[in-house]
Amino acid sequence: MGVIEGRFEDNILITSLDWIINWARSSSPWPVTLGLACCAIEMMATGASRYDIDRFGAGVFRPSPRQSDVMIVAGTVTLKMATRIKRLYEQMPEPKYVISMGSCANNGGPYWQYGYHVLKGVDAVIPVDVYVPGCPPRPESLLEGLIQLQNKIRRQTIAKTSKVERA
Amino acid sequence: MKPEEIVSRLKERFGDRILESKPDALSPWTVVDPAAIVEIASFLRDDEALAMDHLELLGGVDYKDRIEVVYVLYSMKHRHRHTLKCRLPRDNPRIATVESIWRVADWHEREAYDMFGIVFEGHSDLRRILCPDDWEGYPLRKDYKFPTSYRGMPV
Repeated sequence: MGVIEGRFEDNILITSLDWIINWARSSSPWPVTLGLACCAIEMMATGASRYDIDRFGAGVFRPSPRQSDVMIVAGTVTLKMATRIKRLYEQMPEPKYVISMGSCANNGGPYWQYGYHVLKGVDAVIPVDVYVPGCPPRPESLLEGLIQLQNKIRRQTIAKTSKVERA
Repeated sequence: MKPEEIVSRLKERFGDRILESKPDALSPWTVVDPAAIVEIASFLRDDEALAMDHLELLGGVDYKDRIEVVYVLYSMKHRHRHTLKCRLPRDNPRIATVESIWRVADWHEREAYDMFGIVFEGHSDLRRILCPDDWEGYPLRKDYKFPTSYRGMPV
């Protein structure tokens, strides 16, 4: 939760403020450059000219988590990487969102039973907003995941009375 | 050189330290005495007729009753290939490093140590290379027990 969420009483002013804050946040969710496995190739394709994730304002892949808004966990999360992912997530400034991309990040995927080194779903270490299924998901799927995340951001409010969607 | 010639050259030089060989295999191999690996490897590299200047692969195999270290060698000069094998006891497998003969053996030996627990004596930096430093057990051993958690994360 950020600095201003859940601090004000609900009124007409807040409603207008909500609109402009959510418009700003949903229009430029800059992702962390976090490619872990083959899903990263699809993520790169999504960023390139044919699918062009820039149309949704999310094309600015930042090399530092401190400049990012959304973490696209693209690929297999090994136990060795999981500790680092958690640290990267903690370094991101609020408000922050997570898209879990592909079967491996969702629940371990093909490593579900015999992967001694794979975390069975990235949601065991960080909270996830949107799960994108697929192995790997096509760029259209990732874009759909991003659009769903933007819809989620648009429903947020800074008012005290309403429930903030994310804990 | 043909595989038969390589084997006979090794036998002529090292005699009973060459334990077994199969030159007509798809990938011709020779089993040698683990205690003599450094000598044999140096000979293979330095001998003019053999000139095995490239270590293509170094790996471990768990056969349940023993552990084998496999060295796949290639000669850039003569374009021939041969495989060396060393049989080690399953409890406490130790063998001398060939890092000083082929520099590339460094990371390969670290991987074999990481996955099978083979200790390469004299290695300059024998640490785990793939698994985290605090990992327990050797994952590619046949009797490896899968961990249930790692640093509080469920597996």
